[in-house]
Amino acid sequence: MSFDVAGTRRQFPILSEIIGGRPIHYLDNGASAQTPLVVIDAVRKYETTGRANVLRGVHRLAERATESYETARAEVAAFLGVKPMEIVFTGGCTAAINLVAYSYGELLQRGDRILLSELEHHSNIVPWQLLRQRSGIEIDMIPVTTDGRIDLGRLPELLTPHTKLVSLAHISNVTGALLDVNAVVAAAKTVGARVMLDGAQRAPHGPLDLPALGVDFYVFAGHKAYGPNGVGVLWAKPELLDAMPPFMGGGSMIGRVTFAETTWAPAPRRFEAGTPPIGPAIGLGAACSWMQGLDWTAAHDHEMALVQRLMDGLQKIDGTQILGPASLQNRYPVVSFMLDGVHPHDVAQTLDSFGVAVRAGHHCAQPLMDRFDLDGTTRVSIAPYNDNADIDALLAGVRHAAKTLR
Amino acid sequence: MSDELYQDKIVALAKARTGAGKLAAPTRTARRDNPLCGDRVIIDVTLDGVGKIVEIGHQVRGCLLCQASASALASLAVGRDAAGIAEIRHDAERAIGREEGVLHEPYAAFAPVAAHKSRQECVLLPLEALKDALS
Repeated sequence: MSFDVAGTRRQFPILSEIIGGRPIHYLDNGASAQTPLVVIDAVRKYETTGRANVLRGVHRLAERATESYETARAEVAAFLGVKPMEIVFTGGCTAAINLVAYSYGELLQRGDRILLSELEHHSNIVPWQLLRQRSGIEIDMIPVTTDGRIDLGRLPELLTPHTKLVSLAHISNVTGALLDVNAVVAAAKTVGARVMLDGAQRAPHGPLDLPALGVDFYVFAGHKAYGPNGVGVLWAKPELLDAMPPFMGGGSMIGRVTFAETTWAPAPRRFEAGTPPIGPAIGLGAACSWMQGLDWTAAHDHEMALVQRLMDGLQKIDGTQILGPASLQNRYPVVSFMLDGVHPHDVAQTLDSFGVAVRAGHHCAQPLMDRFDLDGTTRVSIAPYNDNADIDALLAGVRHAAKTLR
Repeated sequence: MSDELYQDKIVALAKARTGAGKLAAPTRTARRDNPLCGDRVIIDVTLDGVGKIVEIGHQVRGCLLCQASASALASLAVGRDAAGIAEIRHDAERAIGREEGVLHEPYAAFAPVAAHKSRQECVLLPLEALKDALS
């Protein structure tokens, strides 16, 4: 069945905006996706009919807020195929990784090792470097193949009995390569290591079955998954959440506080100190439900048809080169390219004059840029609401940049 | 909007590559990175006995605006000391709308950057690197 792209577009009010006389061709979804009306309505409903703090109030607005907040937790859990109380709301994906690096990191000892890859976003590198400074753990790195995939052939030599965690991007935010999760989980198990996936680029492309994936931690951002800013998700196996000490201290995360001693609330409350991002979490719950209502087989086919159209079009422009898998197999609709003789920022700026929004630069993946000796790339990241007109406008802009800037 | 940004004068400055390259025996070298966009500028200078620039070379891994700015800077730098370079900085700041005053060439070419706040650091990065080299 073909995907109803026009119907999907109508659900996103911003896509009908005209700026400077041009429609918006929004292809920067990997940085922040747009938000459907159903999400905006959910947040508005909370702000206008149920705004209060959660968990502690006994008045009816507090009851409404708490119910909406916990419903959102259940919606996120259903999206991931897990139980609601295994979901921790955080301030974002970066905050979720930092939470794991701090709290799970407290369980690690000097000499324990964390295995990352060369293509990780800085948010899956720097928190571990901070942990290394604090506790003396070691960091190992899986190199990347020439087509922008994590080289899993190197796993046997890089996994050691001291490796406690393998933390990798489910989908690269630069190359669009999909990780072979089964291979990673199987290899990690041989040394007893846990596996965490950074799902920031995967979550916006449909529901997941985390128990089937066999991973131990999963994180993603709300704003990249059609939800509001300021909220993210950590999922972890219950036994891990139970074992992990708190990250931040404050209200809501305690059992009993005295000046002599404080006890902790069970997860997920233990990791949600203070007032959580209530409205954003409610919006994210709505976004997860919205995603669950989409036909993702058709949506994915549609997205990948756009990738093919993009790749075919770029190939016809002299001096373009794609960083990432050339085939559509095991990749998602994130496509980075270089235009010979034109800096990526100048490509992106030119595209803006065509109404096309993309991201250019190092994409918070400087080690990957160093690997390929690049200043940066121009990145096209596609969502189900994108259409042929978006890709064609982009190709026209790239042709213009090639003609005028070199 | 962006078409105006890449006007002929800026593109010509970038393509001129005035001062592009490495000096064989610089008195001072400084490198500046823009952590937000990844632009990188390395400036070499040779100085005379009173701190005036005799020769300047720049290596830019950055966008067209950064290249054009380095080129503009190199076209003015020889014969100036740190105070003279600070005057050029005012030219650049005026051109991108951060200071009031009359625009001077070649920095007048950067006037369209005033409307693009996120690109203004691209223009200033070579000046920052040269300031470091002279300090």
